[in-house]
Amino acid sequence: MDVVIITIVSLAGLGAIAAFILFLASKKFQVFEDPRIDDVEEVLPATNCGGCGFPGCRAFAEALVKADDISSLNCPVGGDETMQKVASILGKEVSKAAPMLAVVRCNGSCSNRPQVNRYQGAESCAVAASLYSGETGCSYGCYGLADCVRACKFDAMYMDKKMGLPVVIEDNCVACGACVDACPKNIIEMRKKGPKGRRIFVSCVNRDKGGVARKSCTVACIGCKKCQKECPFDAITVENNLAYIDYEKCKLCRKCVIVCPTNAIHEINFPPRKKPGAQKADAESVKV
Amino acid sequence: MLKTFTTGGVHPNENKITASSAIERVAAPATVSIPVSQHIGAPSEILVKRGDQVMAGELIAKSGGFVSANIHSSVSGMVTKIEDIPSVSGYTQKAVTIKREGDIWDESIDTSDILIKEISLSPSEIIKRVGEAGIVGLGGATFPSHVKLSPPPGKVCEILLINGVECEPFLTGDHRIMVEKGEEVLTGITILMKALGVTKAVIGIENNKPDAIKRMIELSKNYAGIEVQPLKVKYPQGGEKQLIKAITQREVPSGKLPVEVGAVVHNVGTAYAVYEAVQKKKPLIERVVTVTGPTIKKPGNYLVRIGTSVEDLIEVAGGLPDDVVKVVSGGPMMGKALPKLNTPVAKGMSGLLLLPQEITSRKESQNCIKCAKCVSACPMGLSPYLLMTVSQKELFERAIEEDIMDCIECGSCSFTCPSSRPLLDYIRFGKAEAGNILRSKK
Repeated sequence: MDVVIITIVSLAGLGAIAAFILFLASKKFQVFEDPRIDDVEEVLPATNCGGCGFPGCRAFAEALVKADDISSLNCPVGGDETMQKVASILGKEVSKAAPMLAVVRCNGSCSNRPQVNRYQGAESCAVAASLYSGETGCSYGCYGLADCVRACKFDAMYMDKKMGLPVVIEDNCVACGACVDACPKNIIEMRKKGPKGRRIFVSCVNRDKGGVARKSCTVACIGCKKCQKECPFDAITVENNLAYIDYEKCKLCRKCVIVCPTNAIHEINFPPRKKPGAQKADAESVKV
Repeated sequence: MLKTFTTGGVHPNENKITASSAIERVAAPATVSIPVSQHIGAPSEILVKRGDQVMAGELIAKSGGFVSANIHSSVSGMVTKIEDIPSVSGYTQKAVTIKREGDIWDESIDTSDILIKEISLSPSEIIKRVGEAGIVGLGGATFPSHVKLSPPPGKVCEILLINGVECEPFLTGDHRIMVEKGEEVLTGITILMKALGVTKAVIGIENNKPDAIKRMIELSKNYAGIEVQPLKVKYPQGGEKQLIKAITQREVPSGKLPVEVGAVVHNVGTAYAVYEAVQKKKPLIERVVTVTGPTIKKPGNYLVRIGTSVEDLIEVAGGLPDDVVKVVSGGPMMGKALPKLNTPVAKGMSGLLLLPQEITSRKESQNCIKCAKCVSACPMGLSPYLLMTVSQKELFERAIEEDIMDCIECGSCSFTCPSSRPLLDYIRFGKAEAGNILRSKK
């Protein structure tokens, strides 16, 4: 009987001492962490995509709690709804960021951009880019080796086998920017999603002179500046033989789409036109 | 027992179809497009403008920095365009297009074939002349030669090694230069020795070129301090570090220049160009290009003006055969397939390979079976399978730790892989990215 008592008492004593040491250690080495970090992390989407510019949602939550002014920080995945929740937890002001979307600025499909050589190397855009300009005459266009598709964690991209180009699935895209970073040719751009998903953009990044660009691709921007002259809002700039539409200034009037001689300007999610000249534009409007 | 390097190496089929074809001079083409970036380093600054009349051998672009080279017109005529043209990699590069009118050479150039052995210039004058003539390493690396002739302060060069190895299959340009221009090459070597202040030079030649070895041994008896060293055939013996190891048994430390072990290596073709520049005042405006392939009509070693279009050169060699699917600039191991044929011949183009489907198509890549053949084949003692994996996963810091920057891109790993994995493709990508990281740290 004694043995049992001695065992229980000594073990209980040991336990008490250990507990006391642990208690002291937890007081002495305590790291204060703002409890709001946990709260903020709770409302973040937990995708750890890095779209906000921070390594994971936890790091973003820490940054949100730490910063005095969080108007420049934005979670592209959660969008406004999430940021409003964050704002209510922290009591800070958030700016209303317009929803963004990845846009592939190349329309050099197999029929538009004839192949002039065949690539047999490793299946990676990054490797191909370190070797040479690509399978077509255009040295700016898409390789079609799907680095962007592999980079996408949200199943928002796939390769269209017939066109040889990546396609963005609008509903899935969270604008994290992984594809933008993966593209060695800077073809993919984050653009404003626009009201009802309506948007207009130049689907080309070729900076060659007009004749050269046109020779290698039938839908290349040739830098003719017709769109620039047509635009009533000064939203279009032409630099290095390439037009660019500023999505902040663009009012979606679609005048540029009609004048573009190579159909390099795309309009998406617009209702069909009824006015004359509508036929041409309809044929070109790309439905995703 | 013949000498060779000890680590790694492979034995591809030699295919030296043109080994006995004498060098043939190709008539100057109607137009040439001369790129202003034909060397490692900054592009040269263009000195001419549209409408200018130039003579063959006239300076049209001057060196744009320390590791850069002068560029001269290869024909006489009028500058018609200064524009962007496709380079070997398909991207655009600036080039001067000259429409040929007659063939008038700059007056100072001695165009006769008379051999001049007497070297009248001082070492510093030689280096200056080599720099003015725009000579770059003609083995393919296109490193400006005058830079190699001025060792960094504190380093002493003891021995000059001349690379007559030509370990790439198919290529025979250097072989023919040694057989036909032996005296000129040896005079060129003597000039290089004088410039470097060394008393000993060794010409390394693989023993698949017995006629070149015989000829060079015979002629070198009349030149003080020049030796010929026959070498066992093994790829990539023409690599600078491999050649130093093969001849001197010295190993260049990782990340260091050959001068660290007291050696400087120049190519046989470069020695010939140095002879012409110093003794004949002729700048580097033409070079020997081996145009070859198993099915072409007139394979041969052609002396071509720099700036001649590849298309024109293929016409000279009997036109493009129907079964050819790949045109490679350089040798089959390290050369680059040309995405477009309207690129010009540049200083670094040692060969033009026209290859049919059956010998050039790549097999489908399969899984790594951990056989370590790539490790045994790597002449730099690296682990190619690992470098490929870390490059693929974009772990570039790890790649630097694994000495990716020591890779000489010889392709022995891809050549030997039984699973046909694209080892070098990824390593080259990883090396480029790792290089960017290292540069940004500096």
